[in-house]
Amino acid sequence: MASADALTATTPSGRLGRGPRRPTSATERIAAVMGHHLLVARRTWKGTVVGRFASPLFFLLAMGLGLGALVDERTGGIDGLPYLRFVVPGIVAMQAMTTAFGESTYAVMGYIKWNQMYSAMLATPLRSSELLLGHLAVVALQLTVSSAAFVLVAAPFGAFGSWWAVLAVPVAVLTGLAFAVPTFALSATVDTDNVFSILFRFVVTPLMLFSGTFFPIEQLPGWMQPLAWVTPLWHGVVLSREASEGVAPGWSTLAHLAVLLLYVGVGWVLARWRFRVRLLP
Amino acid sequence: MTDEVLLSARGLTKTFGDFVAVDGIDVEVRRGEAFGFLGPNGAGKSSTMRMVGCVSPVTSGELTILGLDPAVDGPRIRARLGVCPQKDILDEDLSVEENLWVYGRFFGLTRAEVRRRAEDLLEFAQLTERRGDRVEPLSGGMKRRLTIARSLMNDPEVLLLDEPTTGLDPQARHVLWDRLFRLKREGVTLIITTHYMDEAEQLCDRLVVMDHGRIVAEGSPRALIETHSTREVVELRFAVDEQERHLDALDGVGERVEVLPDRLLVYADDGDAALAELGGRGVHPLSSLVRRSTLEDVFLTLTGRTLVD
Repeated sequence: MASADALTATTPSGRLGRGPRRPTSATERIAAVMGHHLLVARRTWKGTVVGRFASPLFFLLAMGLGLGALVDERTGGIDGLPYLRFVVPGIVAMQAMTTAFGESTYAVMGYIKWNQMYSAMLATPLRSSELLLGHLAVVALQLTVSSAAFVLVAAPFGAFGSWWAVLAVPVAVLTGLAFAVPTFALSATVDTDNVFSILFRFVVTPLMLFSGTFFPIEQLPGWMQPLAWVTPLWHGVVLSREASEGVAPGWSTLAHLAVLLLYVGVGWVLARWRFRVRLLP
Repeated sequence: MTDEVLLSARGLTKTFGDFVAVDGIDVEVRRGEAFGFLGPNGAGKSSTMRMVGCVSPVTSGELTILGLDPAVDGPRIRARLGVCPQKDILDEDLSVEENLWVYGRFFGLTRAEVRRRAEDLLEFAQLTERRGDRVEPLSGGMKRRLTIARSLMNDPEVLLLDEPTTGLDPQARHVLWDRLFRLKREGVTLIITTHYMDEAEQLCDRLVVMDHGRIVAEGSPRALIETHSTREVVELRFAVDEQERHLDALDGVGERVEVLPDRLLVYADDGDAALAELGGRGVHPLSSLVRRSTLEDVFLTLTGRTLVD
């Protein structure tokens, strides 16, 4: 077929050609954004899977089994729990946090600044909020896959006390989003990636260590405990631990969930605003 | 070309803080036309294009595209536009054809449709052989053609091209121009920004010359040259530092003399006659060239500056 003819011909659906297009629904457009990111993820997953997967596994082996044996021998576990069962649910939540940062810092800045794919995508019927939502949905999916995989790998080690541990996966997704959504806003605001190394050094690492993942926050000096209360990871860790042991939910469960949801909600408002301002100047 | 007005701007203005990027321009583009914005970097062309592309809110003035208001109907307008940005924005993690597929989906095309359409456009962009390759190692010309192919996924009525051949070698430029001619012949309205006068002359039926956010002239390339320049131009080069010395002797030759750092331009309807006259006056430059006036000369006349420094 001659290329010139191909361009003038309408497709059999009759959709193409002069005049108004069939209006697309928001769902359809968001699905298209997800399609793009999932295709990219399919092409690049090999580069990230080792880091994603190996690092929580190393933590499980070193902390859960290595350090755990020592802790259990000396103190009989933490709050009556073998150390492995104490630490692994925390690692599930912690892994969600690091995955969330990995997906919402350089990746987002790249789409804004480096390859500028976001602006190419906005030359279509997409709105900036749909662009954001589609990308976040894929981050949520990645969180689901990585958390579920880790839970499956950790289970045979006897890391969970209850089948309710499956709920650790949605908890991890929510915890991850509590970090990812506000970080999307940050990445759409800052001009250089220097901020990210500061973020990793002064936010991610301290949160990993001081959010009750490896030891209860009651062990922290009193002035440090509020830092755990107002940041998402500790809430995720506690919820993950409750789920893993099948603890019946109480008011505190709701409070933990509320904090995580608040981070997601406020993050969404900020991210939507920053995306619009940055991408549609 | 028809009388249907596809794009109409009245007093269109864009400011960023105190900076006025586009300063109250009036423009009308008709269906089927190839319309150009010619001007140096920073003239406000790209800001104008972004407003037309409905990805930058209008600060003030009126803008109507396809009879719709971008502030209200942005997504509906964008569904019918093709946008080829200045920089080739491609996903380098994806292959050539995957870049087309994912993009077509944003317009609500089905999977079967995006594949069929990508097939045709790869052919059009002469990229069929590279379809499965990753984008990253492609040449500049190929990336540009892929970007244009992508902008055609939705079969747009209007194609916006921001500096389509900047950074391409001459051969790649000609290939691209040829593709754009075809689109024009098929009735696609082209809106082009460029700072290359040869490109504007090649592609545009009508253009506006922009400078500092304003339109300083408007018309067909030929009309602009006729109005703002002479038929021919004599370019004179002298030895270093000698240029100044000869300026007086040029007085009265041709209609006007323009002094550039490296050469003098004598505007005259008959270039050879002007050159002969100069010889008679004892002016013997190192080299001389008689050529036809171009849009570059128009721009120089209007603004006193060259387009590309």
